[in-house]
Amino acid sequence: MRILLIEDDPTVKNFITKGLTEAGHLVEHADNGKDGLSLATTEKFDAIVLDRMLPGGVDGLHILSTLRQQNNLTPVLLLSALSDVDEKVAGLKAGADDYVAKPFSFNELQARIEALVRRNRNEAQPQTRLSVGDLEIDLLSRNVKRADTRIDLQPREFRLLEFLMRHAGQVVTRTMLLEGVWDYHFDPQTNVIDVHVSRLRQKIDKPFGRPLVHTVRNAGYMLQE
Amino acid sequence: MMRMPLAWLDCRSLRIKSVSLRFALIYGALFVGSGFLFLSFVWWGTVGLLERRTENAITTDAQILAQTFTESGRPALVALINERLEQDIDDNALYLLVTPNNEWVAGNLAEWPVKIHGHYWFSLPVQRADMLNTARVRAYTLPDGYKLLVGRDLNGRTQLAHMLTEMLLWTCIMMLVLAVSGGWFIRRLFRNIIHSIGRTTQAITHGDMTRRIPIKGTDKELDEVAFTINEMLDRIVRLMDGVRQVSNSMAHDLRTPITRARAQLEEASLTAKSEDELRRAIDKAVVNLDNVTSICEAILRIAQIEAGARRSAFSEFDLVSALETVVELYEAVAEEHQVNFVCQMPEKLPFFGDCILYQQAVANLLDNAIKFSPPQSTIRLTVEVTPAPSDTAPALVHLTLADQGPGMNDADMARATERFFRAEQARNTPGSGLGLSLVQAIIQLHGGTLRLASNAPGLVVKIETPLYPHDI
Repeated sequence: MRILLIEDDPTVKNFITKGLTEAGHLVEHADNGKDGLSLATTEKFDAIVLDRMLPGGVDGLHILSTLRQQNNLTPVLLLSALSDVDEKVAGLKAGADDYVAKPFSFNELQARIEALVRRNRNEAQPQTRLSVGDLEIDLLSRNVKRADTRIDLQPREFRLLEFLMRHAGQVVTRTMLLEGVWDYHFDPQTNVIDVHVSRLRQKIDKPFGRPLVHTVRNAGYMLQE
Repeated sequence: MMRMPLAWLDCRSLRIKSVSLRFALIYGALFVGSGFLFLSFVWWGTVGLLERRTENAITTDAQILAQTFTESGRPALVALINERLEQDIDDNALYLLVTPNNEWVAGNLAEWPVKIHGHYWFSLPVQRADMLNTARVRAYTLPDGYKLLVGRDLNGRTQLAHMLTEMLLWTCIMMLVLAVSGGWFIRRLFRNIIHSIGRTTQAITHGDMTRRIPIKGTDKELDEVAFTINEMLDRIVRLMDGVRQVSNSMAHDLRTPITRARAQLEEASLTAKSEDELRRAIDKAVVNLDNVTSICEAILRIAQIEAGARRSAFSEFDLVSALETVVELYEAVAEEHQVNFVCQMPEKLPFFGDCILYQQAVANLLDNAIKFSPPQSTIRLTVEVTPAPSDTAPALVHLTLADQGPGMNDADMARATERFFRAEQARNTPGSGLGLSLVQAIIQLHGGTLRLASNAPGLVVKIETPLYPHDI
């Protein structure tokens, strides 16, 4: 993937660039708002990682609204030291697709960037069935089958599985699950998510021997064959 | 034209210089102005009235005399004048009738005064009984060219007028003295008031936050100002105490994870033998640093909630379905800990507030309850509504969360909502000691109260929030 990083802090820039390059992405970088804006408008990227506060008079929200005014729908992930809920809402309202507060873990950032790009590609064709290996779910009838065996899931368990299936092959962090499945926007102190994932595993993995839900250390979970 | 801008400038510079002086000047000007008006009225009402009455009497007298002359001729007029003079008890009447050639015919004046001519009022000095008096006179021309002079000696009235004038002059002087001293007094009074407020606020700016403006109980308006300022000071003191407390505990509680992270990194850098060992140390340090971040975030969030800034996010939502999400999230955790979870809620409960924050408050409480509950014990969450006790008080939502854990002693309960406070038994469990402070702040934002009680054994958290706290 081709990713544009607009960030002025050299340490954060190196941290992100190194990580994304190692993950196989191509990273272009701009360290001020002006250059960032001209790069973002003239070239095509799969995603833009945008710092909110930038030197040079052009700040992140300005770049974002300019892009959206030009009907440029490249997924944008805002990066900011302002972790306040209201700031987050302001960022999303300005047209951002996701928001990550500093300090952040690289795994969280990478998972979210990949989820954004994936979502952007998938939005074109709405799906009614999802499948990973021998696991299959029907989004309309809400049926879950693995190896032709029907599995009964609670509504919330279904939503959790659906979220994991939609991001199959990608790391999904606990915060992403909290936001995406429970619509929670704060950090619960204990790992409630782990409990829910382990209950889901009991139903979809345990009877079948071969696990589909994998734990990714220091990051979250991944559903894959 | 030249004086106007100068006067304006003068006035402006006085205004800028001193408010108390301005008050004093306004007072003086008002006092002198009203005094002057009052004295003018007195003057007009006494001296002026007397003068007008004299003139009226003269006019009437002259008319009668002129009529007598026209109707009955000269002898009758002479007789009438003589009669008038004889009957004049006050001895103040003046009459003189002369021929066209100014020859004396009748009256008590020897000859026609030179300066008197035409139909005008004159003040005439007359020599009578060894005294030089002033008389008010007027000349009339009769048919056949005779001239008649009628007047009144103003001796008594002049004295009265003199007395009055003198008195009024003195009154004016006294008034000026009173205006100046009154103005000075007003200025001092004003300055005293301002200075008493000023001294207190100055003491406070110099750091003495205990000072307050004295409330005298005698001046309603002043006491109101003093009361408002004192209340403002109380609030500032509370806020400052809060900030001090937070910064103290922050300094202490942030040091702990930072120290750990530092120690882990330093130790690894000095002693690690393999890459694996190094990585483990770094990962541990990262966990500690994440802890620092979450403490900072929690503190900022509490501060923000306490400042009331988040009330802008208030909206109407169904409290029951919001709580059900939280309950659902934690039910699984309770099950994992082998703790029974009993939940009793009405079917629907429209509520006005911040949904995310309310969920977070209840999540924090559930998290605590599960953390401290022994296996096989029961956690009970109840939500009920009591109807409004009166028209003015709103209906209350009672949220009760009871566990059968170790509970808290009374001293700990009193301090439980303090930031960073952790009961002795809780020291070994993970947590920052900010959870209940956050809950408390959120409930206060919703105009509610948070109370802790004993469940014997265990802890009961009781939250009461008004159902529609629109106007708190």
